[in-house]
Order: sequence, then structure tokens, then C-alpha cells
Amino acid sequence: MAELTEELSLVKAEEPAVAGTDGKAKPQPKPAAVSAAQPKTAATPPLDVPTGTPTVIVDDLHIIYRVYGAASDAEKGNAVNALTRILRRQGRPQMKEVHAVKGVSFVAYHGDAIGIVGRNGSGKSTLLRAIAGLLPPHSGAVYTDGQPSLLGVNAALMRELTGERNIVLGCYAMGMTPAEVKEKYQEIVDFSGIDEFVQLPMSTYSSGMGARLRFAISSAKTHDVLLIDEALATGDREFRKKSEQRIRKIREEAGTVFLVAHDLRVIEETCNRVIWLHKGKIKMDGDPKEVLAAYNKG
Amino acid sequence: MSQPESAVADAQAGGRGGQEPLAKLAARYGLRRAIARPRFPVYVRQLWERRHFILTYATSRNVSKYSSSALGQLWQVLTPLLNAAIYYVMFGLVLGGKGHIHNYPAFLLTGMFTFTYTQRSVTAGAKSISGNLSLIRALHFPRASLPLAYTIQELQQLAISMGVLLVIVLITGEPIALTWLLMPVVLLLQTLFNVGAGLVMARLGASMRDLNQLLPFITRTWLYASGVFFSIQEKVVGTAHLPQSVADVMYYANPAASYIEAMRDILITSDGGHTPPDSVWISCVFWAVFALCFGFWYFWRAEERYGRG
Repeated sequence: MAELTEELSLVKAEEPAVAGTDGKAKPQPKPAAVSAAQPKTAATPPLDVPTGTPTVIVDDLHIIYRVYGAASDAEKGNAVNALTRILRRQGRPQMKEVHAVKGVSFVAYHGDAIGIVGRNGSGKSTLLRAIAGLLPPHSGAVYTDGQPSLLGVNAALMRELTGERNIVLGCYAMGMTPAEVKEKYQEIVDFSGIDEFVQLPMSTYSSGMGARLRFAISSAKTHDVLLIDEALATGDREFRKKSEQRIRKIREEAGTVFLVAHDLRVIEETCNRVIWLHKGKIKMDGDPKEVLAAYNKG
Repeated sequence: MSQPESAVADAQAGGRGGQEPLAKLAARYGLRRAIARPRFPVYVRQLWERRHFILTYATSRNVSKYSSSALGQLWQVLTPLLNAAIYYVMFGLVLGGKGHIHNYPAFLLTGMFTFTYTQRSVTAGAKSISGNLSLIRALHFPRASLPLAYTIQELQQLAISMGVLLVIVLITGEPIALTWLLMPVVLLLQTLFNVGAGLVMARLGASMRDLNQLLPFITRTWLYASGVFFSIQEKVVGTAHLPQSVADVMYYANPAASYIEAMRDILITSDGGHTPPDSVWISCVFWAVFALCFGFWYFWRAEERYGRG
């Protein structure tokens, strides 16, 4: 525990800009205005530990990303440069390594709904992907009970296809059997509330409708551990209520839910524990009210 | 326990000594590491369980692929036809590649359609992983589903082209023959080969990003070496006066040439007609089995690394 203070001072120190972790998120080299008055941070235990059976254990996890095409203008795509590089047996300059998650450890339990907050590029999405087993750790390990699933079925859907076809495709992509697809189909349509639009290509949907359908599809399957990344950001208020209910239902079914959202209200209403990630490290972990209050201040 | 968070987490875990390493805690509750490559038989079984996804994905891609072009799926047939027309003029008429080949249009088109199937599968396979990174990073499934789906997509499109080919072969004056019944057999063997080749290319394409730029040149060289618009036998032995063994190597060491040869023997029967010789059959079967087994094994070896970086 002696290193705790050291660790915290490291977090506070200005580090080189952390690049986007999933290609979309742009680095936000905002000066990290971390207030010095947070000695209690990482030492706050969660207030209610639901059942005491761990479902996800993250043990000193480090994730290093390789990003292509991040070269500066000077070294980009020049044929002469490329040739010298090959002759000197150097790697491509476009390839940069991003240390997105730096030594994160925590234990999640049955019935936990854990919100993950942090600035853009703080490693939230990367952490979720690592828990889902989709990104190999550089060092450390993620141990899970059952197969955690990322609520990320959108990658399998095709905009040119009708909602109908996409529901079937999405269900199969999540590993359902034909019988399950048949059984869940109507439920998905009803839950998403897109009605007759289901016959139209998804490219004609409004962004809210698309988000609703995606959430409906991906939450149709029972998950032991469900990882949600910004899924609730869109959609109207009524739909947000419905999705919150569904998350609660998943929790009750003895699952564990991880939720990444920028809308702190959603996290406050659905989660019983919040992890604050800052530049790839856990800055605070504990009761939603306390962590969010500190996060809002910082 | 050098990380403060670990200590915190352990303290949360009910104060079990506070010093228990997380790995041990995980072992005690039977939690497993998230990333692990399944053993090969398990992998094949998982792949079989995903057959509905593979099929639906292939069909969906087919539907969405041509949804924006006016002629739609017609391009599937038009592309090899236009290519064949160019080759007919260039090599058949201008350069005299026609030689003494019986029914040259049928000869050329059969070669063109057969080769195109393998060529497209290989090209699609090379993109199947590198073009689907977001999907790979979002969902769990045996990654071989993707190259498989791409080959199946080509197979679905092939059904149309093969119908067109049969019609054209009839128009050029070939009789309908019993040997035509062997066509599905050759196509099946070729498909097995294509699946294997697609899997190999998928792994290569995932790690070598320049492969897609290089591939057109490789496939074009392959096209020229496969005797699509000339007879290997006639050019190698007749014109270049090389020994017969050179021609044999070009036929049997090149899977594409074997499948083209088998398909021509089956479809073009008006020159007296003969089924493919045993050596061609052996070559077709060998390449199918070899490519399939090696392809799956080779692809599976890197299963947990796809999607990284």
C-alpha cells in the first residue's frame, strides 16, 4: 500500500496525450485539471457487495494497442522513406503503440452493475473489450465466469438491409439457434418499437431508431456478463426507461453488467458501483454518488 | 501485490487475508482467462454451431453488395463475360493463341468462369479478416466463420455464372452430355480448395496489410500460368518444344489448371469426348483435401491474434 500515494501522483502528472483507444475517439489533450485533494480516492470500497461470488477478475491488466496510420506528415507515405525503412529493417512509422490500459485490477461480483466513467481516451472502451476477451492483454490477465459479451452487435449489421434481416443476422451473430431467433424475433421488434419500419432498410432509420433496434437485438440474449458501451446515449426518454429496466432485469438474473456512458445520470440510476478511469488507470472505485461527485469536481 | 488496486480489490473480496493474489482467487472460483484458443476439434465444432451465422452473413452480404448498382447481380456474370471477350480478341484473334483448339469460345469461357471462382475466393478471403476488424473486436465467434462466409458468398454467386456458362456452351454447339453430371463434383472439389485457400489468405491478409495491393498481380500471373486462353499442352510441348514433364507440372502443380482442365473435359465433348484422365482427378482431389486441411490448421493457429492492433 506504500505505493498508493506514488501511484496517485503519477496519475496526476501530465503525461503525453493518450490517443483514442478505439480509432473513433479522438485524443483530447485537455489539461487534466486534477484537484490535489483526493487522497481517499482508490481506497474507497464499494458499499454493497451483492453476493460475494466474483464473476470478473481483472488482475494488473495492461493493454497496448498498435495503431496504424498515426504517422506525422513528415514521415508519411513517402516512397523514398518507405524504401529506406525496408533497407534498414525498421517497422512502419505509421504504426504507433498506445498504452491504453495501465495496470488495472478489480473484482466484480454477481449482481453488480458497474459504471465506468472517464474522459475520452481514458481506456474505457479498451477495458471493456479486454474483459470481453476481444483484445489480448499485453500483461496481466482477465478471469471471467462464462463468456462476457459486448453489447456491440452493430458491427455485424448492414445498413442496406431491412430491419427484419438485420434482426436475424444480429441474432445469429450472437450465436443464437434458429429456434431462439424465431422465439425472440417478435420480442425484439416490440421492444425496439420500430413497428412497420422493420420492413425498411436500416439506412432509412433515424439515429434514435437505429440505436433502439441495436440495443433491442443485443440485449435479447441472456448474458452472464454484459458489457454496454454508450448504448443508452441515444434514444428518447421513454426508450431509456425501458433499457434501464432491462439492465436491471439482467442484473437480477444474477448477471454482471458493465456500463460505459458519458451521461452520468444513466450511470447514477442504474449502477451500484462506479469505476473512474483516468489515463488508463483506476483513479477511484466505489459508491456511485461519491465517485461521480469527485468526477464532476475533477 | 505491488498494485494498490489489487489490494483494494482483495479487501473488497471479503477481507480474505488481503494478500491473496487475484489469480488464486480466480482459480478458487473457477474463473477462466478470457482469451484462450480452443483445441482444434473443439474449434471445428464451434464453427459448425455457427453455420447459420455463416450462411446468413454470406446471403446478407450478397443482398447488400449489389443493392446500390443499377444492374445489380448481373455484374457477377458480366464481369467474366467482358473479360472473356477481351481475351478472345487479344489472345484468340490478334495473337493467335487459338491455335488448334477445338471450340475456342467454349474453351475460353469455361476456363475464365472456373478461374474467376478461385480468384475471387482468394481475393475475398484476403480481405475477410482485415475488412471486418470492428466485427471481430465486438463479438465472439470462431474467426474462420468470416473467410468461410466469403467463400460461400462466392459460391452463391457462382450458381448464376455456371447457369450462364452452360447456356453459352450450348450455343457454341456442344451437345448436352452425360459427363455434365460430373460438374457439381468438380465444383465441390474446387470449393473445398477455395475454402482452404481463402483461410490461408485471410490469415496472411490480417497481418500483411500490403497484400491487397499485391494480390491483383499475383492472381494475374496465376491466370496466365493456368492456361485460361491457351492450351498448356500445345504451347509448352508444341510451340516451345519443352519435354512433356514440364506441361504435366504446369497442369498438376497448379490447382487452378487442374480444375479448369477437368471442367473443360466434362463440358466440351463435341471433339470426341472423354472424361478427365485419372491424373487430373487425383490432382483435383489432392488439392482440395490438402488446401482444406492446411488452411484450417494454419488459420486456427492464429485464432486469438485476429483483431489485434
